[in-house]
Amino acid sequence: MIHFSRYTKLYFMISFIVIGAGIFSIFKYGYNVSIDFSGGTLLQYRTAANAKVDANRLGALVTSFHSELVDHKQGTDGVLTLRLSKFTDAEEPNFRAKLQELIASPVTLSSLESVGPTIGADAIRKTLIAAACGVLVILSYIFYSFRKMSFAVAAVVALLHDIAVVLGVYSIISHFFGAPLDTLFVTALLTTMSFSVHDTIVIFDMIRGELRRGKGGSITDLADHAVTSTMVRSLNNSLTIIFMLFSLVLLGGTSIRYFAIALLIGTVTGVYSSPFIATPVMIWLERRNHKSA
Amino acid sequence: MKWITRLITILLIVGLFWFNFPENVSVNLSIPTVKVDSLRPFKVSRSKWQIDKLNPPKINTTIGGKTITREFVTKLGLDLQGGSHFVFETDTTKIPSADVAEALAATRNIIERRVNLFGVSEPIVQTTKSGKIHRITVDLPGIRDPQSAVDLIGRTAQLSFKEEGPIDPNIPQSIATLSAIFKLTTPTGLTGKDVKKAQVVFNQQNGEPNVQLQFTPEGTKIFADITKRNLHKLVGIFLDNDVLTAPVVQSEILDGTAVISGSFTVDSAKQLAIAINSGALPVPIKLVEQRTIGATLGTYEVNKSIVAGVVGLSMVVLFMVMFYGRMGIVASLGLLLYGLITHALYRIVPVVLTLPGIAGFILSVGMAVDANILIFERIKDELRHDKPREVAIRIGFGRAMSAIKDANVTTLLVSFILFNPLNWEFLPQFGLVRGFALTLAIGVIVNLFTGIFVTRRILRFFYR
Repeated sequence: MIHFSRYTKLYFMISFIVIGAGIFSIFKYGYNVSIDFSGGTLLQYRTAANAKVDANRLGALVTSFHSELVDHKQGTDGVLTLRLSKFTDAEEPNFRAKLQELIASPVTLSSLESVGPTIGADAIRKTLIAAACGVLVILSYIFYSFRKMSFAVAAVVALLHDIAVVLGVYSIISHFFGAPLDTLFVTALLTTMSFSVHDTIVIFDMIRGELRRGKGGSITDLADHAVTSTMVRSLNNSLTIIFMLFSLVLLGGTSIRYFAIALLIGTVTGVYSSPFIATPVMIWLERRNHKSA
Repeated sequence: MKWITRLITILLIVGLFWFNFPENVSVNLSIPTVKVDSLRPFKVSRSKWQIDKLNPPKINTTIGGKTITREFVTKLGLDLQGGSHFVFETDTTKIPSADVAEALAATRNIIERRVNLFGVSEPIVQTTKSGKIHRITVDLPGIRDPQSAVDLIGRTAQLSFKEEGPIDPNIPQSIATLSAIFKLTTPTGLTGKDVKKAQVVFNQQNGEPNVQLQFTPEGTKIFADITKRNLHKLVGIFLDNDVLTAPVVQSEILDGTAVISGSFTVDSAKQLAIAINSGALPVPIKLVEQRTIGATLGTYEVNKSIVAGVVGLSMVVLFMVMFYGRMGIVASLGLLLYGLITHALYRIVPVVLTLPGIAGFILSVGMAVDANILIFERIKDELRHDKPREVAIRIGFGRAMSAIKDANVTTLLVSFILFNPLNWEFLPQFGLVRGFALTLAIGVIVNLFTGIFVTRRILRFFYR
């Protein structure tokens, strides 16, 4: 048996640094907010791979359509992405014709997205409410199944920890690599939520088993024993998911790359938080209860 | 009794493979025929012929007068197969609040009829509500010309017939005398409501496309009256106050048909016919969101991601076999079965697969692998305590199941909230979160099923 609970301060320190850096990044850099939330128009064109786009002339072209060029990006494979505000979608065919003249190569439209800003905010609000309901349900179910509030609260603390980690780390990635804050990221957060609780329950179940069989020793010893005996499983399980997600990050399509990265962060923190956050919090709550009783 | 269980199992397995069958597989049957060739006496040539394309099952039956047609094929969402997604905001301010729900439902139905006539396969038209704002979302798979779709959906299409009356005094006399059309000011009471059907016909003299109107019995009577009243005079057919055509009535028309001629192209005639058929929208709408995803982008991305998924899964299998040996092989078989059942359910439910849906699937695969690892670790634990293998499997299994049950039930509860089955207004009503929740829930249910009923059997079989 490894005495995991002796190093609780270390675990909290690690989490504190990661979340702290993330929060710093959120306030300092924010996110690369996609049009899902900010509103605007995103145009994606396929051009010849060697086509040259002059930024100034592109800007002038966009302005002539009473619109503003927020951002543009040209991939090596000839994919030209333009982000515009105040663009009239009906003008797109005309715009494409002018663009074709500008870069003197055939241009085909591969996607057009335009979003009114209110919709994104609305979607986010509803998803947040759903997530909050989810947390409440998790809290009640664990309390019902484990008969101990400390288990339920600890699992939710770990869950919030994981969401904080994903939000923070993604902000850093968003700033340095341009990962977009879009609806897929919201899905990744929901996935992290489910996974975090799932993983925590596995360890808590082990502790519950030890408690039921009436094994002696303090709650700390029982928890250490449980964490030790599930460690191989935790590592193996996270490894398999990490294999899966890594191949998606490295080989998958570009539209899901950052999504897979967000899931990867969620998986790592979800596995980490079960023994190193949820368990110590649970021990602390249990001991406090015993002292006051 | 044993053979019944076996029969059911075999039927289930056959059904499973059938539901998972790839789409449009052409089968080449070749039968060797021996031809005696004097130069190469032992040459065997094969004659080939092609049988029909093989497909997953299809239902096409009539139950109680209703024809049910279902094809069990994989359905891809807009983000994967390409298409257009629109969100319209409705303006319900001028409608009494008691009638809003009805007016919205009518609008939704008209829009659905219009897009159906537009020839889109499986469009999705939904109303959503947020605060006081009602929105209508329209998903059109495979549509790459969003503008004409928007035009068609948003058309007001108020058809009316007018006859001669006093000229609007605001119009200068000089212009009014130029064209008789300005005399057409009196509504006749005949409107789009009285039209039973509009269709495109071709003029027999010049071959131009025209739109033919077929009136309802009521409309036929009114129209007959109008033509009688206005013999040798002008009658105008107006769409949203624009004159479409204003022919001179040559004779009384009793059969209840009228032809609108004008400078139509085949397409514009078709669109007009669609618009008249579907009638006017009871609620004004405004486009607030539009997304068009090219089909090529979709397939390109999907193919790459499938390759990535296969590579990832093979690594998982390799790892499991390396780490757990024989049990790893069992787990991989269980995982294969898990994938097949899940995929079959996607086709049966049916689930429209989107990127978030795939995320839900990946998460559920992760949980299925986790369940297996959990079981093996517990069995290993019991073996370490010198229990006989049979007993170790039984106890280890039981102990792992309590964790698997709790973990999966929580996930199921969360996905239930996210799916929002009662369509509560304060929870997500949009496809993205729902697609995720649906695949996750299916995955978890299958996980519980395979965990309880299948893996144990396979394990027993391998260790007998």
